[in-house]
Amino acid sequence: MINTPTETNLDTVQASPKMAARGVNVYYGDNHAIKDIDLNLYADEVTSLIGPSGCGKSTFLRCLNRMNDTIPICRVSGQILLEDDDIYTSGIDVVQLRARVGMVFQKPNPFPKSIYDNIAYGPRIHGLAAHRTDLDEIVTTSLEKAGLWQEVKDRLDTSGTALSGGQQQRLCIARAIAVNPEVILMDEPCSALDPIATAKIESLIDELSGRYAIIIVTHSMQQAARISRKTAFFHLGEMVEYGDTTEIFTSPKEDRTRDYITGRIG
Amino acid sequence: MAMISFALIRQRSVAVVGGATQQLHSLPRYHGYFAAVRVFIPCIFLFLLWLVGGEAVIENLIISGLPDALKSTNSEQISLVLNRIQLAVQHGEQSTSDANILAAAERYSSLYNKGLWSTFWLTVAIGLTGYYLSKNRTQANFRARNNFEKTMSITLAASSFLAIVVTLGIVASLIFESLRFFQQIPIQDFLFGLHWSPQTALRADQVASAGAFGAIPLFAGTFLISLLAMMVAGPIGLFAAIYLTQYANQRVRAVAKPVLEILAGVPTVVYGFFAALTVAPMLRDAGGAIGVDVASESALAAGLVMGVMIIPFVSSLSDDAITAVPSSLKDGSFALGATKAETISQVLLPAALPGVVGAFLLAISRAIGETMIVVMAAGMRPNLTANPLEAVTTVTVQIVALLTGDQEFDSPKTLSAFALGLALFVITLLLNIAALRMVRKYREAYD
Ligand SMILES: Nc1ncnc2c1ncn2[C@@H]1O[C@H](COP(=O)(O)OP(=O)(O)OP(=O)(O)O)[C@@H](O)[C@H]1O
Ligand SMILES: [Mg+2]
Repeated sequence: MINTPTETNLDTVQASPKMAARGVNVYYGDNHAIKDIDLNLYADEVTSLIGPSGCGKSTFLRCLNRMNDTIPICRVSGQILLEDDDIYTSGIDVVQLRARVGMVFQKPNPFPKSIYDNIAYGPRIHGLAAHRTDLDEIVTTSLEKAGLWQEVKDRLDTSGTALSGGQQQRLCIARAIAVNPEVILMDEPCSALDPIATAKIESLIDELSGRYAIIIVTHSMQQAARISRKTAFFHLGEMVEYGDTTEIFTSPKEDRTRDYITGRIG
Repeated sequence: MAMISFALIRQRSVAVVGGATQQLHSLPRYHGYFAAVRVFIPCIFLFLLWLVGGEAVIENLIISGLPDALKSTNSEQISLVLNRIQLAVQHGEQSTSDANILAAAERYSSLYNKGLWSTFWLTVAIGLTGYYLSKNRTQANFRARNNFEKTMSITLAASSFLAIVVTLGIVASLIFESLRFFQQIPIQDFLFGLHWSPQTALRADQVASAGAFGAIPLFAGTFLISLLAMMVAGPIGLFAAIYLTQYANQRVRAVAKPVLEILAGVPTVVYGFFAALTVAPMLRDAGGAIGVDVASESALAAGLVMGVMIIPFVSSLSDDAITAVPSSLKDGSFALGATKAETISQVLLPAALPGVVGAFLLAISRAIGETMIVVMAAGMRPNLTANPLEAVTTVTVQIVALLTGDQEFDSPKTLSAFALGLALFVITLLLNIAALRMVRKYREAYD
């Protein structure tokens, strides 16, 4: 067991959610992939999304930073609030939104650039650093937060693609952190990694959990139990149950949740 | 014949096992294929043999049968006589009055007919033999499929072997003739000479008997035109590829891609007269209007039109390079809040760069080898200039010029064409190798 959320964290649950879904439906053409979901996501805590394959976890996650916009046949209805703004209203700048809501993908996808440029890419396009020294500072702190600094500090100019899979994924996390987001979305960030690299990412998530709202999709129920305070169980596009992770895993209210956790559906 | 035996043997294979085809080791159609191949290949072989060797055999027979009066040890004389005989074969008595020749001509045509018929019957016989052989082997346990596969693979291997041998032969003859050229003209004069005028005098006592074979002006012209072409095709082709892969919707893409491919299928001679008859006069008039002197045959006209010609080439190869970039990189960039333009210029293009460079190199090598457009639009003057408004000439154009019209085969003028061809071949070969390596390396990186 790595770093279970501590009791002190439990007391600091905020009243107003960082992000909230209100009656969200998603369609891919005629395929109704997400059905009427209401969900609150709080800052300073990790929320896991679990559920069998194809139940719409990734789809829901991609709604939260409007990555679904890149899929032409995808249609979203309902409200998704970031603090108090609906991110699907036309006044919202997607560029700004994605700077505030970062994302880490299932397969590590470092750019074929140097490690330095991988991290500096986001700050550069958002104009976060006025001088080279500022940029250096951002790169260093991002790598430090992602726990990668010690391993790469002597070879910042080598290609990001030359790192190991686990290092690449931490590079991607550092890249997301570098633009100073408020929320980080992670879609099965460990599914391409070995147990040791997974353990590193998990402890990293735990460290980051105080500073960012983290929403993570995972297929590993042990992982969900280890790292998240809240868990939402999805099935066939519906959200079946949402609650404290310990409760979901020890005394689920719904039969479908119990069946999934005990391995009878999935 | 092959088809008939296919049908017959196929039926027979079914009959042998009394219709119970599952008892056959191979499916009936494989028995059929096997028989057809057995019939077809020897026949074709024989027929080719007749085409290639038949005439020579007949000629030898004729020559040995000639009366002494016409016999000669001199090979030129013999070929002369043979020519007259063939004329007599075609035109009968009007062509000659020499009785010996006429007699020989008669023998020639009768031999020819005999040869033709005997080939025909021999072919039929061999075909039938093949048929009976395979008929006897049509039994339940005969491995017709394996045999057929083996025959096919041998045929295919022979074809590819032939292709390679022919290519090697061409290259060898290029090298060989070039060596003969370099015996007469020192290689450094050819490679570094600044003056090209291949007119050698017919008689030794004429003035300026030695031509000048400095290839630099030709290569300079070639590069000037290729450069102009790439200045047109590079940006336009690349931008078209970016538009088609990143911005265009399905419908536009479905129309635009085939249209570009059609553009690639236009014969170059059409581009050539478009350049010579439309673009060149237009440029001259435009130049006249602003007081610039543009030659009526200019590098610019040729370069522009050649650029248009290779646009589809550049765009479709760049298109491949761009689509090969994994979409996860694009997603990664979008997820960081990058705009489409930022993603394309800072992530997509750098990632696709090796492939795009490879595309450009292939396009350049295409432009260097292109002949028709330059022949028609750029002129013949070996002119060492960097001014695109003047007439220049290219390596390919000079090769055409050297080899059209009458010439002695041994003269340096003719041989220089081989040297130019060799140089061109080496350059495009190197470009292609570089380009393919780049493209391949790039593929490996993303697989
Ligand atoms: N790009 C797309 N185009 C069309 N349909 C899609 C697309 N992406 C997902 N879907 C559909 O939406 C539904 C939900 O898919 P989603 O990827 O969200 O599932 P998931 O829960 O993430 O599954 P997994 O655990 O396997 O990643 C599926 O029925 C899927 O077929
Ligand atoms: Mg998924």
